[in-house]
Amino acid sequence: MTATNTATGTGAPRGRLGKHEMAALVARDIPAGSFVNLGIGQPTLVADHLPAGSGVVLHTENGMLNMGPAAKEGEIDPDLTNAGKVPVTELPGAAYFHHADSFAMMRGGHLDICVLGAFQVSGRGDLANWHTGAPDAIPAVGGAMDLAIGAKKVFVMMTLFAKDGSPKLVPECTYPLTGLGCVDRVYTDLAVLDITPEGVRATRTFGITVDELAERLEVPLLTA
Amino acid sequence: MSTRFFEQADEAVAGIEDGSTVLVGGFGMAGMPVELIDALIRQGAKDLTVVSNNAGNGDTGLAALLAKGRVRKVICSFPRQADSWVFDDLYRSGRIELEVVPQGNLAERMRAAGAGIGAFFCPTGAGTLLAEGKETREIDGRTYVLEYPIKGDVALIGAHRSDRMGNLVYRRTARNFGPVMATAATTVIAQVREIVETGSLDPEAVVTPSIYVDRVVQEAQRA
Repeated sequence: MTATNTATGTGAPRGRLGKHEMAALVARDIPAGSFVNLGIGQPTLVADHLPAGSGVVLHTENGMLNMGPAAKEGEIDPDLTNAGKVPVTELPGAAYFHHADSFAMMRGGHLDICVLGAFQVSGRGDLANWHTGAPDAIPAVGGAMDLAIGAKKVFVMMTLFAKDGSPKLVPECTYPLTGLGCVDRVYTDLAVLDITPEGVRATRTFGITVDELAERLEVPLLTA
Repeated sequence: MSTRFFEQADEAVAGIEDGSTVLVGGFGMAGMPVELIDALIRQGAKDLTVVSNNAGNGDTGLAALLAKGRVRKVICSFPRQADSWVFDDLYRSGRIELEVVPQGNLAERMRAAGAGIGAFFCPTGAGTLLAEGKETREIDGRTYVLEYPIKGDVALIGAHRSDRMGNLVYRRTARNFGPVMATAATTVIAQVREIVETGSLDPEAVVTPSIYVDRVVQEAQRA
């Protein structure tokens, strides 16, 4: 792996990022005091990297603001879980509300940022993350569609290439869509990609140059 | 009508008819009215449409109701889970119908039913599989999908406390769908951990006012 051409960000890690490094990168980009929803799976890791005193308030769609870390043994309360049904804790200043309020909060544009996983993101910011569309797959959407269209900014965390080597940033999603034109930024192991009205811009790369990246993608990358 | 209190879950679920639409509270096990579901299994109503966030976990509660073949259709947001084998089998063998609804739409469609709203335009799901065949409208440059209310014949919910009026309070994230479902069904049946004297709940803290609550039973394991 060669050194990177990290355009911005001081002290950015070199080489392909692991999931914890990706989570740390996302955490660093969340402004202090933001209201944030972290999706199930990898995005949950972002919470571990938020600096103490950031004042970031975590929302969980099953009905809570100012959610604390996962419950340790002895702290587990079956009445207190996150959206992944994992026992969590509450921080001082927490608030509880019912499901219709929780999703109104989302849909109404009150959440600053949500971080979601994805199967595919298109160059226009279409998101596919809920259903593979396989004939025997049981569709399950949860709050993915509500989050995708609701939060002011939608960040995606994913590896840039699937296990078979195919890019997950695509001209058109082939998996069923979660939302249209909803993704603002994609954090991947190889690059941070901003989805802009002009096109996709790689603002940071890790262990690969923008030119090398462009060669492996069907979606054109803005060069300036 | 004033809220009625029952000693037994079996009495509380009496009269649920075949073919009913039953709203079932809970998110995973938090807020799940397990004793009411067990009583519904004993009561025997069949051909039910169940509206709930999930389609049963493990072999108890909702999963047990499904396993008995009492449910014709499930309306939910997230059926597939690591321990949803009962539903998975029924679905894959074509023995149960599924309507997948985005979680926020599930809540809002019940809220609409409870609030007397005929239908509403919602941006969630626009342009996706889950909006196929639905009426859409462009409002201020954004596409919205027409969504209809989901009304229950019966709601089974779990709450933390009830007073003798039937005012309910919940605990932490176990609140989830309870307050919305309590507004959206003809007959609302609540399983609570504790029944307290009228006047001992802070009126400012009541989440579900008694007007919505028809029947209350205290959990047997705590009675």
